[in-house]
Amino acid sequence: MKYLNEVKIQLESRSVNEGYARLAVSSFAAQLDPTVEEINDIKTSVSEAVTNCIVHAYKNKVGKIYITVRIFENSVVEIKIRDKGCGIENIKQAMQPLYTSLGGDRAGLGFTVMENFSDKIKVRSRVNVGTTVTIIKKIKGRNAL
Amino acid sequence: MNVKTEINGTSVTAFLSGEIDHHNAPQIREAIDECVAFRQPDRLILDFGDVTFMDSSGIGLVMGRYRLIEGKNCSFYIVNLSEHAYRVMQLAGLEKIAVLKKKARESVK
Repeated sequence: MKYLNEVKIQLESRSVNEGYARLAVSSFAAQLDPTVEEINDIKTSVSEAVTNCIVHAYKNKVGKIYITVRIFENSVVEIKIRDKGCGIENIKQAMQPLYTSLGGDRAGLGFTVMENFSDKIKVRSRVNVGTTVTIIKKIKGRNAL
Repeated sequence: MNVKTEINGTSVTAFLSGEIDHHNAPQIREAIDECVAFRQPDRLILDFGDVTFMDSSGIGLVMGRYRLIEGKNCSFYIVNLSEHAYRVMQLAGLEKIAVLKKKARESVK
């Protein structure tokens, strides 16, 4: 389907960029006049996906994160977050609530949050090639009933 | 610094502010843990009143602090949560380990 508008962002996998990434994507989506809640949903989902690139895909190194945001008819936003990192061996396991391959304070809820705060997420991954997470969110906006 | 700690008798309150994500969480965690280790409180309160954004790093922060005080007779309160932060925490079932309290309703902006 043809999109109505598109923006592409490329950033390095440094944690200081997490704030920029979610702000950039949510600012672009702002043209659809989303509610504060919808903006927060987008920010949170992007934050989770970008954090995954930083802590998992490019663990112990710095690589590039590629974000494409597209707006379609009926106020649908599609956010693609792609890396060329290590890839996910077992996507099903990675998406399970509370599963984390890292210890410490990681909650293991990144994908759970993305799933709950968007309408649909798709994950494509190949080991040693990279991962693409696609987040789809319909903006009902402030004028919705 | 995104956190201020306050000791009041046997209770420790941490006032968090700004954005809680994977980038900012470590310094918040360190400040709280230092204060808790020093005081050994019987009540730990995390005040989210000035938090403007939170992702699952906030969940990790709460779960990690719970592990720190677990079994030490310390009650755990998370207060002044925004609608959004409350939703994120509920998703993780954090009401099972702490008392969650939402912010008094904000005026419509």
